[in-house]
Amino acid sequence: MLNNFVIPDFYPVAPEIFLLTMSFVILFADLIFSATQRWVASVLTILTLFGCAAITVVTADGQTSLTLSNLFVDDLLGDFLKLMTYLSVIMVLIYGRQYLVDRGLDKGEFYLLVLYATLGMMVMISAANLLTLYLGLELMSLALYALVAIDRDSARATEAAMKYFVLGALASGLLLYGMSMIYGATGNLDIAAISQVLYQGQADKTVLVFGLVFIVAGVAFKLGVVPFHMWVPDVYHGAPTVVTMLIGSAPKLAAFAMALRLLVYALFSLAVEWQQMLLIMAVLSIGLGNLAAIAQKNIKRMLAYSAISHMGFMLLGLTSGVIGKEIDPFTAINAYSSALYYTVAYVLMSLGSFGMILLLSRVGHEAEQLDDFKGLNQRSPWFAAMMLIFMLSMAGIPFFIGFFAKFAVLTAAIKAGYAAIAVVAVMFSLIGAFYYLRVIKLMYFDDAVDSAPLRATPVFRLLLSLNGMAVAAFGLFPDTVIAVCTAVLLHSL
Amino acid sequence: MNANFLSLAIWVPILGAIPVLLLGSERRFLVRWLALTVALAGFAVTLPLYIGFDTTQAGMQFVEQIPWVPRFNLQYLLGVDGISMPFVLLNSFITVIVVLAGWKVIEKKQAQYMAAFLIMSGLMNGIFSALDGILFYVFFEASLIPMYLIIGVWGGPKRVYAAIKFFLYTLLGSLLMLVALIWLFLASGGSANILDWHQLPLGMTPQILIFIAFLVSFAVKVPMWPVHTWLPDAHVEAPTGGSVVLAAIALKLGAYGFVRFSLPIAPDASHYLAPLMIALSLTAVIYIGFVALVQTDMKKLVAYSSISHMGFVTLGFFIFSPLGIEGSLVQMISHGFISAAMFLCIGIMYDRMHSRQIADYGGVVNTMPRFAAFFMLFSMANVGLPATSGFVGEFMVILGAVKFNFWVGMAAAVTLVLGAAYTLWMYKRVVFGPITNPHVADLSDIGFREFLILALLAVCVLAMGLYPYPFTEVMHASVDNLLKHVAASKL
Repeated sequence: MLNNFVIPDFYPVAPEIFLLTMSFVILFADLIFSATQRWVASVLTILTLFGCAAITVVTADGQTSLTLSNLFVDDLLGDFLKLMTYLSVIMVLIYGRQYLVDRGLDKGEFYLLVLYATLGMMVMISAANLLTLYLGLELMSLALYALVAIDRDSARATEAAMKYFVLGALASGLLLYGMSMIYGATGNLDIAAISQVLYQGQADKTVLVFGLVFIVAGVAFKLGVVPFHMWVPDVYHGAPTVVTMLIGSAPKLAAFAMALRLLVYALFSLAVEWQQMLLIMAVLSIGLGNLAAIAQKNIKRMLAYSAISHMGFMLLGLTSGVIGKEIDPFTAINAYSSALYYTVAYVLMSLGSFGMILLLSRVGHEAEQLDDFKGLNQRSPWFAAMMLIFMLSMAGIPFFIGFFAKFAVLTAAIKAGYAAIAVVAVMFSLIGAFYYLRVIKLMYFDDAVDSAPLRATPVFRLLLSLNGMAVAAFGLFPDTVIAVCTAVLLHSL
Repeated sequence: MNANFLSLAIWVPILGAIPVLLLGSERRFLVRWLALTVALAGFAVTLPLYIGFDTTQAGMQFVEQIPWVPRFNLQYLLGVDGISMPFVLLNSFITVIVVLAGWKVIEKKQAQYMAAFLIMSGLMNGIFSALDGILFYVFFEASLIPMYLIIGVWGGPKRVYAAIKFFLYTLLGSLLMLVALIWLFLASGGSANILDWHQLPLGMTPQILIFIAFLVSFAVKVPMWPVHTWLPDAHVEAPTGGSVVLAAIALKLGAYGFVRFSLPIAPDASHYLAPLMIALSLTAVIYIGFVALVQTDMKKLVAYSSISHMGFVTLGFFIFSPLGIEGSLVQMISHGFISAAMFLCIGIMYDRMHSRQIADYGGVVNTMPRFAAFFMLFSMANVGLPATSGFVGEFMVILGAVKFNFWVGMAAAVTLVLGAAYTLWMYKRVVFGPITNPHVADLSDIGFREFLILALLAVCVLAMGLYPYPFTEVMHASVDNLLKHVAASKL
């Protein structure tokens, strides 16, 4: 046996290996440095992610290379999603630094768990095999469960973590069951091989569709779309804001990758079947998310329901790839790139909105009620303008990135013949506009109740401003991001 | 044409708003003068559009074309024809007036106030000059943001309700329009050029659906009965400047949309649905005229009068005659001047008395004679007295309507009676009679700044009424071209 052993090509896995190595370094560094030097762990983590980014950029050659016995794939799509993941995690760490220090959560474990969650996402993004995908998913999820509960004295956080864990475990079970069905029908766990078998039409369709239902359920849970959305508001609300910010950003990218790898790469031949399921979930999510968000007084819960509706919109893009039974690569790429673009745009807006909550929080005060935004225009016109940008962008008002994300998705949906659904979707986003407008109303029309000066480091202020300006600039000049999203899919599908 | 005057008309006010914002609200003196400079500069760059306009040409002039989003083949495509060019000028002119009107009375956050109006001015110029459907939509919807803030921050007691109602009502229409725009974009094989859409052959069903999607959007904006209810609320709660821009420019966007989109893109549906449109327009003219009669709040009265006058505009479009369409366009510009002036007059009284109730006034002529004279002129213009601009447009539309169908013309002419009734009755109760309210006795007449604003508008109203040729001259070619296009069936 040993004679057959070939040393695998580690080149495509270099970012993951680097991150894992650095996590051990940080683990030991955390033991050496005293409590007053905790910033070292934070800085090292951020540097690690920058290192990963550098490695990802250097190793990106535009080729799709499989390695580790075809368990792992390194393609342009993966590189792009990973870079976006590093970016969002770095932003979470910078935004959250002061928050963590203020609440005594600035521990080495936090940074390690964030790194492992990131590693899980990276593995998910680069999975070429159902098992690798599951491995990455569990690594990410377990780290996130622990992160939600990191403030162990908070009953609400512990409750949220329990809910997240129990429901997450259930979803993982469903996913695994679906994978076993697919394995049973095709005899393969390799994504490319499954696709090949399905393409030849040799597999038993009943078993396949049966498995597909469970796979879709698992994916829907990770995306947080109706009817698998129950955990989203509670976890968003209960988790410390930094962790909410993390859950609300990078994992959406990983979940998108998972949806793409499973549904488009592996089960593309069943597109007609899964498109129906996604379509129903998309419409329900857009509807329920927007309706329920109106009733919220807590901004974290409001953003949770808004996340549900945004993921619904993203699914609308994902579901528009195949028209009837006809497969036109150009249409498919358009639809999937619109979904990818929507996800990237959403992550940018979501990071900024949670950044605003962190900006207003201070020791002993969690600025998570909507009323905490009252009169922000009097306290800081600049950051009120930033929140204005984030909210309007989420509502899909031009000139912000959210508008073009909606435009791309609606174009794909109407092209796929879902004009009536597009009308329903925009009507619900009209309802959604109300609660975003309410935040603006609180900031601009009402008088401040809380007049404490905003305490934030210059780095924080700079990053939040850049975040807001990026949302505006990519709305004025949307072409680069849209073109990149299309190009990476074009090279990777 | 080397200079990009349309781009300048859009971006001079918007970019000029940035230093105004940066000055902050503490330096009031600098803020005002800078805002005025920017507004004047914004107006100055639109003048070459009129001077350099070729009246013999029906097509688009001053065209600018830059790829904007190549991935979707969207263009930064600007251009004006005889229909849209006057509105760019009107809008930039009204911005100067609005900046002057907010000179003293706005005490809270003046820098943001001025900047909001400047940004809105640029966005509205963008709406009138965009020839790319998606670019149009982007400007159309972005212009809601400053207006939302203007009503909500500087408005009256029920400002929050009015602001949100305004925003959601308009958004309802524009989202349906977005779906129609995307549909057209796909149907034309990935072109967002409005002029390409004009040539796009469409069946009757798509035409009707597109017409309805546009109708919802533009009817809200015009506003047409029965989706007009946001307007009285928005007008009453908005600060004077906000009312002026709403009435003078924002309402014109809907009417402009009909001429730029609905009529040429769906000509058959327009003919088919014309009876419905005429019925809605006449309802607005007559029913809303009666509603205006019973108002006790002056601003509400003028708001309803605006809806009634805009009913005239939509009526003129759907009788498909040169007189009708040109009359409507003249009426739109004239209404821009008159409604702006009426709201400014009410604003001037409100600044002194802090009341808009007709019952609180009476005998204003005794203490404010100069003001009363101006108010008289604008009231008469609102009625449509010959020699004022109000007469020209209404006369042309009624003439066209009588030709189209005697009874339609007859019904439209009722507005002259109703308009006279509600406007002059209000004028009588406010300005004449004995002084009953002691506060009226303490009123001071208008100062130089107020005089200047009203005089500027009075000159426009009279000039347009006495010699409308310079206004109609630029429209002829484009209107003829439009009518020729609408007459040809796409089926």
